[in-house]
Amino acid sequence: MSERLAVRKTYKLFIGGAFPRSESGRSYVVTSSKGDFLANASRASRKDARDAVSAARKAFPGWSGATAYNRGQVLYRVAEMLEGRRAQFAAEIADAEGVGARKAGELVDAAVDRLVWYAGWSDKIGAVLGSANPVAGPYFNLSSPEPTGVVAVVAPPLGSLAGLVGVIAPVIVTGNTCVVIAPERAPLPSITLAEVLATSDVPGGVVNILTGSAAEIAPWLAGHMDVNAVDLAGADPDLAVTCEELAAENLKRVVRPPAAPVDWLADPGTDRMTAFLETKTVWHPIGT
Amino acid sequence: MPTLTTPLAEVASSTSTLRAFLHGLPGVDRVGADARAAMLGTRSIKTTAKKQAIDLAIRMVDLTTLEGADTPGKVRAMCAKAVRPDPTDATVPPVAAVCVYPDLVPTAVQALAGSGVKVASVATAFPSGRSSLEVKVAETGLAVAAGASEIDMVIDRGAFLAGDYLKVYEEIAAVKAACGPAGGAHDEPGAHLKVILETGELATYDNVRRASWLAMIAGADFIKTSTGKVSPAATLPVTLVMLEAVRDFLRTTGRKVGVKPAGGIRTTKDAIKYLVLVNETAGPDWLDPDWFRLGASSLLNDLLMQRQKMATGRYAGPDYFTLD
Repeated sequence: MSERLAVRKTYKLFIGGAFPRSESGRSYVVTSSKGDFLANASRASRKDARDAVSAARKAFPGWSGATAYNRGQVLYRVAEMLEGRRAQFAAEIADAEGVGARKAGELVDAAVDRLVWYAGWSDKIGAVLGSANPVAGPYFNLSSPEPTGVVAVVAPPLGSLAGLVGVIAPVIVTGNTCVVIAPERAPLPSITLAEVLATSDVPGGVVNILTGSAAEIAPWLAGHMDVNAVDLAGADPDLAVTCEELAAENLKRVVRPPAAPVDWLADPGTDRMTAFLETKTVWHPIGT
Repeated sequence: MPTLTTPLAEVASSTSTLRAFLHGLPGVDRVGADARAAMLGTRSIKTTAKKQAIDLAIRMVDLTTLEGADTPGKVRAMCAKAVRPDPTDATVPPVAAVCVYPDLVPTAVQALAGSGVKVASVATAFPSGRSSLEVKVAETGLAVAAGASEIDMVIDRGAFLAGDYLKVYEEIAAVKAACGPAGGAHDEPGAHLKVILETGELATYDNVRRASWLAMIAGADFIKTSTGKVSPAATLPVTLVMLEAVRDFLRTTGRKVGVKPAGGIRTTKDAIKYLVLVNETAGPDWLDPDWFRLGASSLLNDLLMQRQKMATGRYAGPDYFTLD
């Protein structure tokens, strides 16, 4: 019997809950840390980015309007599905980052744990950040956090799964929707994560994942008038400056790239959630 | 192209002559029309050509609101937008017309006075067309008296589908007479008559071709696809069939008739597909707001967003345009 042919997978983008090829028809070769061929991935264009923003905007009312409890359940479901694909993720991380199988497994576990951790925050962040404010008058004065809107995220280049979960989960748990630019050199865990998201009750468009060059796509997202915030976690310094300038036009929230390398396995605190929340304060007269 | 052996007036002399004529029109190859429209939809229009196309499309828009909940305030707001679609950019041309229900015509006329933007009114028991001829004619007369310079009438689809072509013909002719003194040429006074075929209810492309000819023979200045209340509304292949009809009608009779697809045209890409279709089917003579219109409401914002994208180099967001 002849030897079985390998079935090579074609990696595509994740936009609006579907897996389209890039509108530009381009792709690029993804190699392992040792330089071996792994797969071809789509190279997203600015029009893919625009489509992703449209999808994210469309998904925003439904996702931000869902109950916090529901969003937590959905994130927990993502963690469950991720756990089910542990072996695949571990293999992809081992290839991409050149770590041993055992370490790769630990990185997947860390990502699952981080998702569960963020899932728990969904119905608590309001209590932590919201307040009943004392005011000099017969009013109830209540502040509560609300999601910023559509967030463009440049994912960190290393720590490919834990880092990815570490930037996506805090954005969506509070009700934002996002467009994520996957790390260019190691995009496979990102697209596999997209497959997890597509099968885990996350409404289409809440997370959109683009593979390709951040230097090419990020400025279009930073300048897009329908994007409300940019997270430059994985942007190099030059790109970060460009994006920040473009983001000024419609006063986007900007999260600058970290000064020192981030340990994505450490407790992240609430900073990444609070960065994409706006405080709404309501005055309401006391009495009948 | 049909060749007329009898003058048009004689074609409409009885139900049987009218039927013989309309059923003598060549049939439409449905698969061919669909494929042709789809093929023309793949043309790539970029940079300066796209810029021109966007401005032309804006000038062709009949900005429309036909809801039970329309208020004078909403109509005034829409009129302001019609005159100056993008308040931040004076280079954006005004739209062709504003299209409203008859009772809101005075409001629109007042708001658009001196702007050059025309007021169109639907009439004849829009959108179903289910009323008596007297009511339809009276409604048209009232809309014209109130100052509407364009009347969008609906045909009686029930009569058309039942084969009573003469009834449809006479109705269009009567409404045309109610539009005013002129005989149909564009520069003469009297309201311009757009005849809505409601192609979504006509079932076949053959019927679309017949209805187009029927409307043109009866005196329509424009033939319009849809009311926007029935799905499917305007589609590319249906518009293709109608554009072929006006082209052939001009060759046969020497009279030029305009075309207006309406309903379901929401994006700049859609609008540009229609412009390509016009250019390739009827010809560049029709690429003018006097001869081709786009009935739409949400389309205008998308055109403005695309225009802004081309001007500023950054993708525009809907937050910066009016809700309507």
